[in-house]
Amino acid sequence: MSDNVVDLPITGTAKGTADTTAEVVGKATRVKRRLTSRTATAVALVIAVLWTLPTFGLFISSFRPAGLISTTGWWTIFQNPGFTLANYQEVLFSTSQSSPQLGAYFVNSLAIAIPATLFPLVIAAMAAYAFAWIKFKWSGALFVLIFALQIVPLQLALIPLLQMFTQFLRPGQAWVHDMIPMIPEQGYLPVWIAHTIFALPLAIFLLHNFISEIPGEVIEAARVDGASHGQVFFRIVLPLAVPALASFAIFQFLWVWNDLLVALIFSGGTQDVAPLTQRLAELTGTRGQDWQRLTAAAFVSLIVPLIVFFSLQRYFVRGLLAGSTKG
Amino acid sequence: MTTADLLGKIIQVVAALAAFSLVIGLVLFLIDKAPKRGRDYWQLAFFLLPALILLAVGLIYPAFRTSLLAFSNSSGEWVGAENFVWMFTQPAALITLGNTVIWVVVVPILSTAIGLAYAMFIDKSRGEKYFKALVFMPMAISFVGAGIIWRFVYDYKSGDNAQIGLLNQILVWFGAEPVQWLQTSPINTFLLIVVMIWIQTGFAMVICSAAIKGVPTEQIEAAQLDGTNPWQRFTNVTLPGIRGSLVVVITTISIATLKVFDIVRTMTAGNFDTSVIANEMYTQAFRAGEQGRGAALAIVLFLLVLPIVIYNVRVLRQQREIR
Repeated sequence: MSDNVVDLPITGTAKGTADTTAEVVGKATRVKRRLTSRTATAVALVIAVLWTLPTFGLFISSFRPAGLISTTGWWTIFQNPGFTLANYQEVLFSTSQSSPQLGAYFVNSLAIAIPATLFPLVIAAMAAYAFAWIKFKWSGALFVLIFALQIVPLQLALIPLLQMFTQFLRPGQAWVHDMIPMIPEQGYLPVWIAHTIFALPLAIFLLHNFISEIPGEVIEAARVDGASHGQVFFRIVLPLAVPALASFAIFQFLWVWNDLLVALIFSGGTQDVAPLTQRLAELTGTRGQDWQRLTAAAFVSLIVPLIVFFSLQRYFVRGLLAGSTKG
Repeated sequence: MTTADLLGKIIQVVAALAAFSLVIGLVLFLIDKAPKRGRDYWQLAFFLLPALILLAVGLIYPAFRTSLLAFSNSSGEWVGAENFVWMFTQPAALITLGNTVIWVVVVPILSTAIGLAYAMFIDKSRGEKYFKALVFMPMAISFVGAGIIWRFVYDYKSGDNAQIGLLNQILVWFGAEPVQWLQTSPINTFLLIVVMIWIQTGFAMVICSAAIKGVPTEQIEAAQLDGTNPWQRFTNVTLPGIRGSLVVVITTISIATLKVFDIVRTMTAGNFDTSVIANEMYTQAFRAGEQGRGAALAIVLFLLVLPIVIYNVRVLRQQREIR
């Protein structure tokens, strides 16, 4: 997979350029136009290379032995060949105190991201449905308020939210820990709740855009036949809204997976809860020159977003477009 | 990580998901059984209240609390505008504000310009899909990951050691002395900005590309028949046609840039005069124990974002009225 990630676009680029030039030469009748197109393609190519090179260099380096990484540049790979999987093995599975022990953090990232995607998705879809299809006073004003909340920086909520969690959530978590000792006292709950809250404004807005465009006849027909709002929501609206739900789910999953700030504040930073991003940030701080570890560790954290990106690109882009062009 | 740890983690996730679905299913069932009178209100409450309560308790109330905190010191005593005075008088805090301004001016303009140019250049070329994927890819990865990728590019080795950072190696190839990039102010701020541009250009490119394709071909062809050159066609036909999208791109990137935290945190932790508001807010509130100052910084961040919010809300209102 990792080979694919890097190789696929690069071969594509070479092919694409050749095709473009051929096409342009074939179509263009005026010299002037042909010239600009060639320059344009060249500039595009330069940008594409510039944008890929840093990632590519890190990727190559993650497979080089520790001694070579720290003494020679990755671009000298042909003069100083060397290939090893030891870096990945060390960051993922080594249990020694000094190694990054990313396995546990990888599990945490997943355990945080999956519920923190599903919770806001369901809650926001419900609210979006209410705004779109249940008539009530202040509906419009309330919706605009929620939209406006979207850009309240989450920094504004962090300090009091943490205080509230310590005050009200901590005792509950301690009780759960007493009942089931396997669950650590510092669990995922605060991180899930924080992510859910911060996701809601955007999610409600995005899903509302989609859900409100479902043809009214469909919903009214079901209502006339005696279906409750609950039935309409689960049987008609949710199935029809799958593309929008998928787009938002991918967006939110990546957001949570890539998040550092919320994790830093609400996870506590131990192996029990902290996600990969937090561990990586910690490693760059304390072991900023251990490139054999950092390169491999970075790619461990990048692999999931890259898989999501390359396999679900259509939904991913659609989610972003819906989120921005409509706002 | 022991097996028991892993089991505990799985139990947490499964139990949380199960409890969540159970509550929703149960409430829905009960509401369907509610007496016909007032059932509509119960249903509305069921759909709306979870979101509203979470937002009220988790976002609106904390925002007000933070506004109060901004006027208190670390032990909670009312100090008036002292935190704001600190922010606008202390040299270190002023550098933070100045850096934020540089970020929010440079990043949106350059990202949008490069993204738009790239989208124009690759438009209708046959490898367009791959070209797009290459530049868009940084959008998918974390700021932390991007920070590590670029720290590697900026890496510095002293003396006669071979450089392993690409940027310094390029200097060496041209016969110059390698530089400790991240420790050298003010260039380090711009090098951090490069990372943000690297990430945001893909976003600008994708939106611009979609907008460019929305410009009617007839208009372009008509302009072509009138004998305009490509640059004239771009400035007179394409650019006006995609103005709306451009505004969206620039505002969205501006907001993201104002809130940038992870990049600074990962690459310099705000040292060497690179701090920005969001990073300083975290450092003050959660590292230095100065909650008042952190809150004040959060307020300033909010005030900077606010004009863009209002603008966006107005656009939304217009859209709703049209519908």
